[in-house]
Order: sequence, then structure tokens, then C-alpha cells
Amino acid sequence: MDIPSESSLSTSKRAAGMGFKLKQRDSLMGYMFIAPQLLGFLAFVLGPLLAVFVFSFQSRNLLTGKVTFIGLENYRQMLAGDPHFLKVLGTSLIFMLGLVPLNMVIALGLALLLARNLAGSTLFRTVFFSPIVTSTVAWGIVWRFVLQGEEGSLNQFLQLFGIHGPNWLQEPFWAMTSVVVTRVLKNVGLNIIIFLAAIKDLPKEYVEAASVDGANPWQILRHIILPFLAPTIMLVTVVTVIGSLNVLDHIILLTSGGPSNATMVLAYYVYFAAFRIYETGYASTLAVVLFLTALLLTLVQWRVRKKVVYNER
Amino acid sequence: MITSAFKTVNEIFAFPPTLLPSTWHWENFTEVFTFQPYALHYANSLYIAVLVTAGTLLVSSLAGYAFARISFKGSSLLFLILLSGMMMPNEVTIIPNFITMKSLGWTNTHLPLILIPILGMGGVLGTFMMRQYFLNLPQDLEDAAMMDGLNRFGIYWRIALPIARPALTSVAILTFLSSWNAFLDPLIYLDDLALFTIPLSLRGFTDQYGAPLWNVQLAATTLAVLPVLVFYVVAQRQVVESFSLSGSKG
Repeated sequence: MDIPSESSLSTSKRAAGMGFKLKQRDSLMGYMFIAPQLLGFLAFVLGPLLAVFVFSFQSRNLLTGKVTFIGLENYRQMLAGDPHFLKVLGTSLIFMLGLVPLNMVIALGLALLLARNLAGSTLFRTVFFSPIVTSTVAWGIVWRFVLQGEEGSLNQFLQLFGIHGPNWLQEPFWAMTSVVVTRVLKNVGLNIIIFLAAIKDLPKEYVEAASVDGANPWQILRHIILPFLAPTIMLVTVVTVIGSLNVLDHIILLTSGGPSNATMVLAYYVYFAAFRIYETGYASTLAVVLFLTALLLTLVQWRVRKKVVYNER
Repeated sequence: MITSAFKTVNEIFAFPPTLLPSTWHWENFTEVFTFQPYALHYANSLYIAVLVTAGTLLVSSLAGYAFARISFKGSSLLFLILLSGMMMPNEVTIIPNFITMKSLGWTNTHLPLILIPILGMGGVLGTFMMRQYFLNLPQDLEDAAMMDGLNRFGIYWRIALPIARPALTSVAILTFLSSWNAFLDPLIYLDDLALFTIPLSLRGFTDQYGAPLWNVQLAATTLAVLPVLVFYVVAQRQVVESFSLSGSKG
């Protein structure tokens, strides 16, 4: 991102040849071209980010519209007075720790399998990527149907083997598991695609040379394929982690944060505080925490990306 | 598992563990339309997605082109600012956006559902992809046109855009899907049943106790998902390419 692009260098050369007046007009055009996007961004992304900070110092009610300045009270309340907050943080962490490794393992494993182009690969690829284009609502509805306690398809399937399955969405532990697994299933296709592309770049000669030397598949995997993919794996991990913060719609659809708040992650808590108890001031405080987390992870992602580019050179 | 869940749509109220129903109740599908104004919701989703796609294509191609080709002061900095916002979870900005919309009196309309994706993070992704594409394009055609006296907008409109069709297609696919499947924003902004989009509509197939009427609801879900799946299967390569273009760089 910090690398000056070739075209902008030649553009300025051209601009220099253009004459002063024309260059000024060109610049003006540039500003006008980006104006819609930039202004919109200011209005709907950057502005709200700042607003959330401001709101966090206020007590606001969404229904009555009443606004009072209360300084750090929200923060104090959140850190010291709110028993839910710590639990929500813990739940978010558990969610992330469950989702990311599962997603990565499945994505990498399937990508390695699919890269071999065995029979039926194309069909598999289609099937695995299809959840991505379906709406979260459709996905949520279908899974709610399948995971029902008594009449759900999953439990009926298990009955055939004499296994009495739990109420997948109503028991705290299983609810979290179900949320994580269904979320992974929906998004894993994206990572599979990225890994597939990276695997394609792996020079075949290395693998062939190694097998000629007598290495078995496991050794090839450990010592050649994985190190080659390491930068991609790191990058995808960070992106997946950041993505795991953005899971609100999925949880609304499957469990509404329940049962007994077992699946209430930070994103849901923000939604809950703002649109269920209408405390938008406190909700903003929570949103600030969410934002800072995302910011931290984004910075990590940039560091990793820089390292990856450096390594590629 | 993924596809079989869709197949059991035609089942009836009783739930014996059968894979295929004893009789195929096609009236489940017609009931979808009488239970809720489903056709209206379908139309809502459709026109909103079309508007969002068109708007995003315009805004992001303009901005992407400018960032890639035109040198103006602060362009790198401004682009960096745009980039930094891309990774923000939606939940962080919904509160102030909602309050903005409320004060404008635009809640319970379709306006936020159209404007926010175009001008917000969805559009930024499009800008990013368009810029990426233009950067990789040779400039000869444009240089020639500039020699001939065509102004910047003309170059953009007559030359750059037509060449950029692959990127435009990718952005269009991603944007349309994102709008068609959007759930959170419609949930927050819409109250009137008549204004609902499909994702919201799908949740409404419940009886008076709020328990879902599975057969009708799954029928409605099938109707919603089928066009998308068909399109995906047909245009698979293009769809997957669009996603990987956005994911690997951003």
C-alpha cells in the first residue's frame, strides 16, 4: 500500500507536460470523482465512528431521545458495575477461539484435497462455496429447522443409530457449538478458495523432488507445503479473526443470544443494549470496545501483510 | 446435508422421519404468497438491490478510477483513510447511522438500505477493487485520447469504463448479493410489513405463538434461495472469481 504505483508516477509526468492550468483542472476532476465515495464514507463510516466515541460519554435513550452528558460513567459501569460485560467478553473469546481454528483446519484440509483434482472435485467445490452466496437468513432458518430438539432432522438422523441427540440450540454448550459450526460451514468456502489459489502457486518441482527422494505424503506436507503456505495461512487467520467479530445477524437468527446469554457475544450485546433496552449511550461504550478490538486486529493484519510482502521479495 | 435440507421443503405438519413426503404439497408454495405479501417483498428486495448495484458501480468506478489514474494532492492519504474503514465490523456504526436516519425521518423507508451500502463500506470495497483493476491496466488508450483532447470525464466514460467490464461485473455481483441477502440493516430500519425485504419476510412465517410454520417457511426460503443458487451454478466461475478478488487483496 505504501508503494507508489507506477501509473501515478507516469501520470504526474504527463500532468507536468500538460501545462499548469490543465493539471489544476485535472486535480479538480480527481477530487470531484472521489467526492461521492469520500463524502459518503465520512457520513456513514468515519462520522459514526467519532459519534460512537462521543455517545459513549452520554446517557441516551433511543425511545425518548433524551441525552445527558455523564462523562466516564458508562465506562465505569461497564468495567465495574456490569456483571454481563465480562461474561460477554469471555463468550466472544470462546466464539473466536472455536471458530477460527475450525475454519482454518477445514479450509486448509479441503483445499489440499481439492487441489489434487480427484474425481468429483468440481462438484465438491460448488457445494462448499454455495453457502456463501445464500443469505444468512436462509442459512439460519434451515439450520434452526435441522437443529430442533425433538423433530429436527439432525436428531432424527441420530435416532436411526439409537443416539438421543441434545436440544442443539437450547442447551448453552451445544448452542455455542452449533453457532460456531454453522457459521464456519457458511464461510469456509471463501478461505478454501484463497488457499486453493495459494496452493496452485506452489512449484510442483519441490513436491516431485521430495517424493523422488522418498518422502511420504505427511513429510511433504509438513516440510514443504505448509511452510510455503505459511504467509497465506497467517493472513487468512487474521482476516478470519476480524470477520468473527461481525457475526451479529447469524446469532440473532439462531439463538437471539441465548439460551441464558450463552451465545451473547460483544456484537450482540451492542445490538441488545441499543435496540432492546434502548440505552444507546451504554451501547456506544460497548461499540467502542468492539471498535478498538477490530482496530487492534486490523493493525496486526497490516503488520502481517507487510511481512508477507517482504518475504515474497 | 446442505442440499438435502432444501429438499424437505415439501413436507407436511406431521414430522415422521421420512426423507421424501408421502404427497407433494405444492400448495405450500402458493400459501407462501397468501400468508405474507411475499411477491411485494420479492419486488422490494429486487429493486433495492438493483439501485444499490447501479449506485455502487457508478460511485466506486469514479473513485477507483480517480485514485488509480489522476494525481491530486492527498490522494494516497485519502485512499488510506478509506482503506482503514474497510475492516470495521458493521455493529460499530449502526447506532449513529440509525440516529442520523431517525433525525432525517428516513427510518422505516428504503432510503437507508440504498444509501448506506453505496456510500459506506460496501462502496469502499468496490472502490478498492476498481482501483486495483485500473492500476493494472495499460494507459495507452487513455493517453492517446488525452492527446486528442478528450477531457477527463470523457476518458473515464468512453474508454476506461468499457475496458473495465470484468471488474465492474465482479463488483456488481458482490454488491447485488450483499444487498439481496442483507438482514441487519432492514431489521433495524423497517417497521412496516409492506416495506420488508425477503430476509425479513422469511422470518414472518410463524403462527400466533411465534413458532415457525416450517413447511411454508421452508417453501418461502426455497423460493428465495433458488434464483441465487441457479445463478451461482450457471455463472460459478465468475462468482467465485469476484469473491476471491475481494478477499485476497482486502
